[in-house]
Amino acid sequence: MVHTSLDVVDEKISAMGKALVDQRELYLGLLYPTEDYKVYGYVTNSKVKFVMVVDSSNPALRDNEIRSMFRKLHNSYTDVMCNPFYNPGDRIQSRAFDSMVTSMMIQVC
Amino acid sequence: MEGLTLSDAEQKYYSDLFSYCDIESTKKVAANGRVLELFRAAQLPNDVVLQIMELCGATRLGYFGRSQFYIALKLVAVAQSGFPLRVESINTVKDLPLPRFIASKNEQESRHAASYSSDSENQGSYSGVIPPPPGRGQVKKGSVSHDAVQPRTSADQQEPASPVVSPQQSPPASPHTWRKHSRHPSGGNSERPLAGPGPFWSPFGEAQSGSSAGDAVWSGHSPPPPQENWVSFADTPPTSTLLPMHPASVQDQTTVRTVASATTANEIRRQSSSYDDPWKITDEQRQYYVNQFKTIQPDLNGFIPGSAAKEFFTKSKLPILELSHIWELSDFDKDGALTLDEFCAAFHLVVARKNGYDLPEKLPESLMPKLIDLEDSADVGDQTGEVGYSGSPAEAPPSKSPSMPSLNQTWPEMNQSSEDTAIVHPVPIRMTPSKIHMQEMELKRTGNDHTNPTSPLLVKPSDLSEENKINSSVKFASGNTVADGYSSSDSFTSDPEQIGNNVTRQRSHSGTSPDNPAPPPPPPRPQPSHSRSSSLDMNRTFAVTTGQQQAGVVAHPPAVPPRPQPSQAPGPVVHRPVDADSLITHTSTSPQQIPEQPNFADFSQFEVFAASNVNEEQEDEAEKHPEVLPVEKASDPASSLRVAKTDSKSEEKTAASAPANVSKGTTPLAPPPKPVRRRLKSEDELRPEVDEHTQKTGVLAGVLTSQPPLPRSVGKDKKAIQASIRRNKEANTVLARLNSELQQQLKDVLEERISLEVQLEQLRPFSHL
Repeated sequence: MVHTSLDVVDEKISAMGKALVDQRELYLGLLYPTEDYKVYGYVTNSKVKFVMVVDSSNPALRDNEIRSMFRKLHNSYTDVMCNPFYNPGDRIQSRAFDSMVTSMMIQVC
Repeated sequence: MEGLTLSDAEQKYYSDLFSYCDIESTKKVAANGRVLELFRAAQLPNDVVLQIMELCGATRLGYFGRSQFYIALKLVAVAQSGFPLRVESINTVKDLPLPRFIASKNEQESRHAASYSSDSENQGSYSGVIPPPPGRGQVKKGSVSHDAVQPRTSADQQEPASPVVSPQQSPPASPHTWRKHSRHPSGGNSERPLAGPGPFWSPFGEAQSGSSAGDAVWSGHSPPPPQENWVSFADTPPTSTLLPMHPASVQDQTTVRTVASATTANEIRRQSSSYDDPWKITDEQRQYYVNQFKTIQPDLNGFIPGSAAKEFFTKSKLPILELSHIWELSDFDKDGALTLDEFCAAFHLVVARKNGYDLPEKLPESLMPKLIDLEDSADVGDQTGEVGYSGSPAEAPPSKSPSMPSLNQTWPEMNQSSEDTAIVHPVPIRMTPSKIHMQEMELKRTGNDHTNPTSPLLVKPSDLSEENKINSSVKFASGNTVADGYSSSDSFTSDPEQIGNNVTRQRSHSGTSPDNPAPPPPPPRPQPSHSRSSSLDMNRTFAVTTGQQQAGVVAHPPAVPPRPQPSQAPGPVVHRPVDADSLITHTSTSPQQIPEQPNFADFSQFEVFAASNVNEEQEDEAEKHPEVLPVEKASDPASSLRVAKTDSKSEEKTAASAPANVSKGTTPLAPPPKPVRRRLKSEDELRPEVDEHTQKTGVLAGVLTSQPPLPRSVGKDKKAIQASIRRNKEANTVLARLNSELQQQLKDVLEERISLEVQLEQLRPFSHL
């Protein structure tokens, strides 16, 4: 997982060069022979990266679903960021954020 | 009064007391309320109290200013010491002990007095601290003082004094206990979760260390007041839970908040009465919050940036996680800044948390920021507003009903239009009380369809009802004339209602109501279309007849069509706000109306004239309005008939009908113009006309097409013409007046529209919540 995430980051870095506003990238190509899971990357305008690792157990999620999930994630993240008590880099402990993420995950599964 | 010299201790003590009494922060303490309590607590006989008040000048001024208060306190001290009360005694008596006020809440004050006097040297650092643990009394007073938090050390210093003080406080003497006392009496803390937000502040603070020491001290003195902390709001949490919590909160007290006003707030909180709703903010608390808000952001309508709020709330010594959660709850619009409402909610939550309340998962309703109104009530302002608005549409229908019966009676013949009339009825009545006025209004309404929708918006319920009425009337009129028009008028009626519902008055600025209903867009104005439609119809109908007439008629219809419709609807009342336009519309609409309005105009009469005068009529009318009617002479017979008819109707109608009459005799079209006028006028005409109208329409159409211009008879024409001229002139004046009124209405409506748009813009930022 770590390797994949690093790879993903590298990919994004390269993506940054060309299209700065790359809201969403589907990194479906990363499928290990043993672990079939997909890694989705999403970068915001502020270079914040969201990486989503999905097991390919269920029929692959549609691209749109992934996109919507990232959008929701992004919105929730901005809400969390608005909190002056939150220091960027800390683990997000926002209950609202957690509940949103959980609901998203449940919805998908 | 004369210069009053106070020692440092006295100064401090007095300022504390003053702050305590000055809950409004107005620097003027009313004679009643706390001051009186305080003085009574001094255990002085009433007459002495009165004397003191007199001496200090409060009775003269009517309130206790700071100086008066200080003087009064000094006099209390004097009295307590046994010295006679005299003005000069305030300065002459040296080494006067601080006034002692006994009552439960005042225990601490007395303790403070003692402590002050005894610990004056310690006071320096002590001022304003609420070192809870240390000597209850003294600490408390320190806490009460709104000075900045003093390092705990000072509190510790106080401790030596506490033994002195403690004897006085047999009950758990800590200031907190004091507070508790005050609280309990005041009200059964049962639901005062946040009664002591003030104490809350005291816990904040740096001198954490002292607390433990203080605790030790206290335990030494007396059973550590379990409730030590009002500071920590331990007292305030609802009733019984408070007590158990105290021991825990005792520790909290060590944290003394740097906020100076904390102590003041505490006192205020102390006094707060029980709540019904654990999350409800009392006025005192709210006042405190507002004051705190002001210290950060002077503009009450402005925002507190996140960083400032963070710093402020960090002082509360709550864990960051909890503060973060509180922020999430209270920053309703997620903008990273706190409005006044958001700030109050956040502050309230912090207070609750300090008191041991668990933070809710969702923001309680009473803490929801309100968009528009800055109320503390649990209800959201907009909701109430909405309710109010929603009521308005409801009002409209009822309002319609009263008018309807009356109108129905007047328009018995208007069978088909009865529904329309039903709708329309309200219109005339609402607009103006007087009948005549109503008629004019009706006429205006036809023209004002567009305006009506907007105006109600501003006025809300009443207006809505009016608007509905108007719409209905418009509908009615349009129904008579043009079918297509009705739909739009229908839409109008619904629009006001929607608008009413949607328009909620929101307090916009401070609150950030989660979902501000967007102000409904001004209702569309169908009238133009109506008029257009009618005009189109007119054109069509007239086109058949004669070109010249057409020109005149066509030109007018666009402008006037609305009028004729409403005029018809109200029927009884409208005399026809007569304008040339209205007349014209009448004429123009008449053709349209013909199909629908059997009753208007005097079809009976038309029958007489059915043959040929239609064209004449139209010509007459068209010409008449704009100018004198040469036609009249041509169609004397018709005009005479018209005249006869008009007599029965309003003058306007007659005027209109006169020309119509002129041509009426000949053409079926004559009835149309007349019917238009009739509508304006009264139902009588309508009745007979309704039936005839239907017949006439067909005839008129045919006649119009074929009518020769003016087969007017000459004979009685002269008289008829003169009469018709007279009538026309009157009609002209009436129409002119109506026109001006309509213009005024239009202006008003436009203004309303502008204001609504402005509101919309203001509320737009909240639309996204």
